[in-house]
Amino acid sequence: MKENILIIGGGAAGMEAATQLQKMGLTPIIIEKSEALGGHIAQWDRLFPAFHPAKDVVEKMLGQVKDVKTYLNTEVVDIQKDNNGFHAVLSNNETIDAKAVILATGFDIFKAERKQEYGYGIYNNVMTSVELEKFFRTGKDERINNPKKIGFVHCVGARDVKVCNTYCSKVCCTTALKQACEIKEMFPDADVYTFYMDLRMFGPGYEDLYLKTQKDFDVKCVRGRVCEVSEDMDGKLVIKAEDTLFGKPLKMTLDVLVLMCAMEKNKSIDAIQQKLGIANNNDGFMQNSDMYLGMNNTAQDGVFVAGACTAPKSLPDTIGEARSVATQVYNYINR
Amino acid sequence: MIVEGKQKIWADYQKDIPDDHYFYVRSCIRQSFWPASEVTFLDIVRNKLGKDFYENEYHTTCGGIAYHSDSIPQETAMTIIARQFALMHESGYENYVCSCITSFGLYTETLETWREFPELEAKIRQYLWDSCKKEFAKPKYLAHASDMIYKFRFDIAKQMKFPLVNVKTGKPLKVVEHIGCHYSKMFPSKGFGGAEYPYVLVGMVEAWGGEVVDYPERRQCCGFGFRQYFVQANRGYSESNTHKKFESMEPYEPDLIITNCPGCPYFLDRWQYVIAEQTGKTYGKDGYGIPALTYEEVAGLVMGYDPWDLGLQVHQVAIEPLLEKMGIPYDPKKKYQGINGKDLGVPQCPMHIKSV
Repeated sequence: MKENILIIGGGAAGMEAATQLQKMGLTPIIIEKSEALGGHIAQWDRLFPAFHPAKDVVEKMLGQVKDVKTYLNTEVVDIQKDNNGFHAVLSNNETIDAKAVILATGFDIFKAERKQEYGYGIYNNVMTSVELEKFFRTGKDERINNPKKIGFVHCVGARDVKVCNTYCSKVCCTTALKQACEIKEMFPDADVYTFYMDLRMFGPGYEDLYLKTQKDFDVKCVRGRVCEVSEDMDGKLVIKAEDTLFGKPLKMTLDVLVLMCAMEKNKSIDAIQQKLGIANNNDGFMQNSDMYLGMNNTAQDGVFVAGACTAPKSLPDTIGEARSVATQVYNYINR
Repeated sequence: MIVEGKQKIWADYQKDIPDDHYFYVRSCIRQSFWPASEVTFLDIVRNKLGKDFYENEYHTTCGGIAYHSDSIPQETAMTIIARQFALMHESGYENYVCSCITSFGLYTETLETWREFPELEAKIRQYLWDSCKKEFAKPKYLAHASDMIYKFRFDIAKQMKFPLVNVKTGKPLKVVEHIGCHYSKMFPSKGFGGAEYPYVLVGMVEAWGGEVVDYPERRQCCGFGFRQYFVQANRGYSESNTHKKFESMEPYEPDLIITNCPGCPYFLDRWQYVIAEQTGKTYGKDGYGIPALTYEEVAGLVMGYDPWDLGLQVHQVAIEPLLEKMGIPYDPKKKYQGINGKDLGVPQCPMHIKSV
């Protein structure tokens, strides 16, 4: 029963699905457009809520897929379905036949420059959460030069009608608190502020992290949105916000402002998704067939979805979905 | 500051503007505040650039001040606007250009509302007929007059006599650009440069040799804000707003403020006097204020119009230091002379802000 299963996307969802399918006796084939497996998580330094090194998780996952046939720097450029299954043409001109397809294409990061009021790409010291994580990983970013005052803005590109993203991006709240603690660890004398709408601490240990952030790290959590960022003569950032708990506007000068950018649907898969007849949901992510019992299924028989391609998801959520998609595919093959 | 980031936004927020044939409507307050600005605009576009800009005597206020002060309902404002558009149509024009920023914002809001709610448009069509017996029409293109000067900024530069350069130092003048809130904050795509980093005035300053100052309170309202000023008890908000802007721009030592709204230059000009009287503080050099000019006045200055023909003597802040920086000749004796040399009378000097 060595049926090929085509997995598009070599991030956490794709790797975990491949691991499980392999254990089930199927033949997963991963197509990854970038030069390495790992996806976004491979760019991360530590994971919330326990500050666990992302590298450990990624290395373990990579070890599990070392025998899985993988195409790097490769994209699916065409795909057809007939009675024998799916026939995918790759960007290297190879053709792969498979009995089922798993879309595990993940997400893109919201382009922070779209929120022009925050001045990303205009003011030097405005950075994204992804760039800060890279700094944690590499120790290099000239914008972070012994900062004394740092701010974090939650929900950048999420829960925001103005940019047509009304959904919650799920992981940014906890990531902001994790990063706030980390920056405070590095620069204990710095004042660190986070500007939030709600703090959505939904997972195990997340609420503890929130308390720790305030109690142990003295991070000031301000309930209110930043409305405007500008730069003063010294290159410092001047922000305006509202503290809704005090009912007062506030103005503050910061050395660095970090934008917690939301997840958006990975649009690089749009053409293939269209060929497969999979629609998007109201949030612009891929539509699964049922949010309760068909979360891995789609309108197309034999096409499955896993991970953040259907909605923003945390790493544990993604891995859980990847494992469940493997079961769905196994059942489909053996139906 | 990453200039390329701004340039990208500026490139994203551009609009195509018809080259010629406009129906022009004046502002209801600018002629009293800045009596020569609209005349100068018409002179530049008609006589210096050879364009067809038509106006007729039957147009009225757009109703914007009453609408934003909650004195009239939206339908009333829309019917007034429909009448203005009908006048344009009757005059044989399709392109509409207005002098006032509030009007521009309200016209834009009205057209967008009609597009979203056709049943409201039908209602206004009927109101227009019932009240004025006029045929309903919409402009093919709506522009603000500053859009036109922006569009023709390089043509103006070709006729420029006095660039925005300090003749003594050879350095570009430092110019604060202040955009009226209703230009693009409500509908970013309707303004050159969008809402956060508007380009309409920056483009003029750059084309005429100046250097734009970006300061922390750049986006802040001038202080007019309608009810901030119209409600007498709120005037402290208006003044403190303006004060905040001046405190923020002061370290950059700007030579000039350029504006594109009726109210902005008024409040940025007059509150400097009040602040000086109250606190003794002035924001220009040597006890002077910072001149706050309309874009037509700035265009007129660079093109070599006589400063007094531009009405610069009605500004509270003395204009002479700027004229000297730019090397513009002027006759001090003619400052307070009206048409045909009529003596307008010399105003009383303020205590703290220096006048010439």
